[in-house]
Amino acid sequence: MAAADNGTEQTDRSMSLVVRRHALVTRLTHWLWALALFFLLLSGLQIFNAHPALYVGQQSGFEFDNSILSIDATRTADGDVRGVTTFFGHGFDTTGMLGVSGPVDRRAYRAFPSWLTVPSYQDLATGRVVHFFFAWVFATVFVAWIIASIINGHLRRDIVPSGEDLRGLPRSVLRHLRFQFDHGRRYNGLQKLSYAIVLLIFFPLMILTGMSMSPGMNAAWPWLLDVFGGRQTARTIHFVIMLLLVLFFVVHIFMVFAAGPINELRSMISGRYRIDREQRQREAGR
Amino acid sequence: MSRLWITRRRLLTAAGLAGATLPLAGCDAFDGILQNRAPVRDVLASANGLTYRVQRLLADADRLAPEFAESEIRQGQRPNGSTDPTDEAYIALRQQDFSGYSLGVTGLVERPLRLTLTELRNMPSRTQITRHDCVEGWSCIAKWTGVPLARVLDEARVRPEARYVVFHCFDRMNLGLSGETAYYESIDLIDARHPQTILAYGLNGKPLPVENGAPLRVRIERQLGYKMAKYISAIEVVSDLSPFGRGRGGFWEDLGYDWYAGI
Repeated sequence: MAAADNGTEQTDRSMSLVVRRHALVTRLTHWLWALALFFLLLSGLQIFNAHPALYVGQQSGFEFDNSILSIDATRTADGDVRGVTTFFGHGFDTTGMLGVSGPVDRRAYRAFPSWLTVPSYQDLATGRVVHFFFAWVFATVFVAWIIASIINGHLRRDIVPSGEDLRGLPRSVLRHLRFQFDHGRRYNGLQKLSYAIVLLIFFPLMILTGMSMSPGMNAAWPWLLDVFGGRQTARTIHFVIMLLLVLFFVVHIFMVFAAGPINELRSMISGRYRIDREQRQREAGR
Repeated sequence: MSRLWITRRRLLTAAGLAGATLPLAGCDAFDGILQNRAPVRDVLASANGLTYRVQRLLADADRLAPEFAESEIRQGQRPNGSTDPTDEAYIALRQQDFSGYSLGVTGLVERPLRLTLTELRNMPSRTQITRHDCVEGWSCIAKWTGVPLARVLDEARVRPEARYVVFHCFDRMNLGLSGETAYYESIDLIDARHPQTILAYGLNGKPLPVENGAPLRVRIERQLGYKMAKYISAIEVVSDLSPFGRGRGGFWEDLGYDWYAGI
């Protein structure tokens, strides 16, 4: 087995140990979510492009203004078409990325560029087909994960931060800022907290705000609209959590590479993970 | 310090590698398998059947869509799709203020009907303030008045083998190279008999304007806007949707949109 690191800290193999870190359920749900979220994001941006504006409240203001974000293509005085993103009334020129994108000789007038949508061309019907298929995958995996994680203790042991984890957070943040990463069997406090926020807050919020946009679900569970303050607010929250999940993804991938990509990836595929011996002894002592 | 330096170097590499994976999102890779009627797309689209069955389980047949207060009507109903049909028969009716209009109710019924606008207006009516949700993502609240479709169906006496109600419309939609085709839509009998499903002739206290579907449009409050056919010329009760259009139950459905639009 190739060791992940060629740095000085792990030249002595006897200092580290390979353990089974991730249960099969964790690995399986991780990759199913990764697949589902990939398609949910790109098909979601396709759907957003059909009406690239976000509002607060029950309805969309056409004769009044309750918009908080909109992405348009606007013709300037000299005949040029620019992409303009309006956020709380302030317009920003986002030509090339939002509103107007693509090669200069073949400009596309669409909110999100073609490389960020599935399909790459404008096709709301297919965007919806892809989105709702993977929404079912995503939600089913979530329910399975919650049940399995309660039963096998994953939730209590690895996800919900303990009092000790929370007290150790400042130290955990400092260590991360100094690029000192634990390679233990357990997640560190900051890790637990971020996974808990994503898995126990963002994921259910995503599912529930998605349901709030369904007129069928509005009849079945009208309380959803009361909870989120209207269908258009739910749509806005859905979009904001999407942005936060993208942010999580960027940091997540960054941390995987920073902490040793082969070791981290292996642990999420085969479950095997190389840990520091001192760390193991520290954990055993607890 | 050396330990820190090494992890920093690794960190920069990590940032580079992580950044390099992002353009992988470039997504024309899936265009081919997602073309209309491609097998992969059909498999993905089958999730709509699951959505339909689960939503039917979660909401009783009579469970109402949310209704709103008068104060929530803050703007006119935004017109969408066809707003000015150019069909000759329609233009002729419109010039007479739809006095010559009558709604045909045919198909799997014991007693086919032909109802004038006056007859429809004289039937028991329902007025509801509801939210119209367009498939594009926007919503608009308005007050609709019309005759419950269930009343019309009861009058015509639906035969037991009936499963769907098809709405035939005056407006023709441009399909580009393949020319024009008449708009049509269909719903199951659960939605057809739903208390809020009305054949609307009034909007916000006034006669239904042409841009919103005059003389008659259907409201199906637990589904999206494209199901709510405007400019209805006739209603047909059927057991099978395949003879109509391209067989998928509606104009937009034939172009790839889901038949069940409760989501």
